[in-house]
Amino acid sequence: MKAAGTGNGRALAAAAGDSSMRLEKWRRRAPAIVAAVGLLLLWQLIVDGFRVPTYIAPSPVEVLEVFAKEGEILWINFWPTAMEAAAGFALGNGIAVLLAVWFVHSQLAERAFYPIAVFVNTIPIIAIAPILVLMLGNGYEPKIVIAALICFFPTLVNMVRGLKSVSPQMLDLMRVLSANQAEVLWKIRLQSSLPFLFAALKIASTTSVIGAIVGEWIGSNYGLGSLIIEATYNFRAPLLYATVILGAGMAVVAFTATTIVERRVLKWKPGNVI
Amino acid sequence: MNVGAAAEVAPRVGVVAAISVDRLAVRFEGNDGSITALSDVDFEVSEGGFVTMLGPSGCGKSTLLRAIADLVPVSEGGIRVFGRTPEQSRLARDFAFVFQDPTLLPWRSAIDNVRLPLEVGRRGGVELERHAEPEDLLALVGLQGREDALPHELSGGMKQRVSIARALVQKPRVLLMDEPFGALDEITRDKLNEELLRIWRETGTTIMFVTHSVPEAAFLGRKCLVLSAQPGRVRGYVDIDLAEPRQLSIRDTLEFVQITSHLRSLLEVGK
Repeated sequence: MKAAGTGNGRALAAAAGDSSMRLEKWRRRAPAIVAAVGLLLLWQLIVDGFRVPTYIAPSPVEVLEVFAKEGEILWINFWPTAMEAAAGFALGNGIAVLLAVWFVHSQLAERAFYPIAVFVNTIPIIAIAPILVLMLGNGYEPKIVIAALICFFPTLVNMVRGLKSVSPQMLDLMRVLSANQAEVLWKIRLQSSLPFLFAALKIASTTSVIGAIVGEWIGSNYGLGSLIIEATYNFRAPLLYATVILGAGMAVVAFTATTIVERRVLKWKPGNVI
Repeated sequence: MNVGAAAEVAPRVGVVAAISVDRLAVRFEGNDGSITALSDVDFEVSEGGFVTMLGPSGCGKSTLLRAIADLVPVSEGGIRVFGRTPEQSRLARDFAFVFQDPTLLPWRSAIDNVRLPLEVGRRGGVELERHAEPEDLLALVGLQGREDALPHELSGGMKQRVSIARALVQKPRVLLMDEPFGALDEITRDKLNEELLRIWRETGTTIMFVTHSVPEAAFLGRKCLVLSAQPGRVRGYVDIDLAEPRQLSIRDTLEFVQITSHLRSLLEVGK
């Protein structure tokens, strides 16, 4: 009887704790929401009050109107960019992970190619973009490659560190068990590297969107990047702002998705227990 | 020269020792020449025995254990585990190793950590007709009901219990333990000492146990190998005769204190 009683009590306490935690969450978010709404209002008032021309700075209401009226143009251009960013993300990170695995197993490979990877990383992406357009033409390919390039380096560096983060004692354990290199890789190294990998993937999730948009600036007639250029040349400031907001939104969605996957995969990390 | 053999019960004909170490030397190549970690080490451990190894820090106790486990190459002399070289016995899974750190894979539950030895190193298809059920082993070390717990949800003592269960899953003939309870508080350590003796009696595994606690060495060991420092040499191989089965209270008896003071005097000579 008593045990059941305390059990119920605990469940009730947990439920109460749940709702109070939710309240606490909102209380913590409230200042940011109030501040954002306040700034938007201020912006609207300044633009209306000082009669700022629309082509210099549109008001929030004008930008919202674009979403309502020209939603289709935005939407049509949203998907190519999203596709390029996603493909670039997969390609760049995939190659980085494979290369990191190779580096960890071959010192020679690491010595030969790591410096080259560093060198490639130092070339500004905006300078490589025209070269890639010349090489790969006007289609999706150069944009995907640019997005991949921008993701590649942080992931390579983090992944190499992650794969090497295995404790010497763990390696001793695997040796006592007569495990081979492949088993050490699959059972130990890859799992140990995941926290490092996700740190890099979170960076890559937003930079891949930047890469795709930058790629579209240089010779393209579709995508958010080309829409930005077009809107700028035609002084269509509300459309420009709406496009920028949509691009930022894409990056936020990509980042959030990566974080959700990270929480699922890294449940075993004490800090990640929700 | 074989300090161990003198004290052993007369060996039966044709019975090989669980571990025999013969004029062993281990040297490491350092920046300024080679460093001798162990020199002229001779002893035997009989099957089913429990030998503790005691010595000042840096005397090479861990090195000796690691040499038996094929983690450190032998420079001179020989090591045999049931008549086989360390490499052969490693490949045959004759021994298991318990480290000071539990070395659990943090992403695996307790039960999956215990399963690890059954999943790797199976290239020649060796053994594995001989293995214990992971569930039974967690029960043996007192962790029934915690099978699905992740390592970070377990206390230090519980993690070390999982690591002992993992070592036992392949039914090793020899258990090599390198200061497994060194990082635990005294109360947990006492409890695990008693349980280790129970596990030893139940499984009949030969155990070699490194420690730098004199009472622990005396309480656990049927024999205690005392090493001197730099280079590590055998200072003495002492029989420990105490009333069986041993309980923690035995540590307050006169016999026990006499044994520990004898061990301490051997360590003093080592200095």
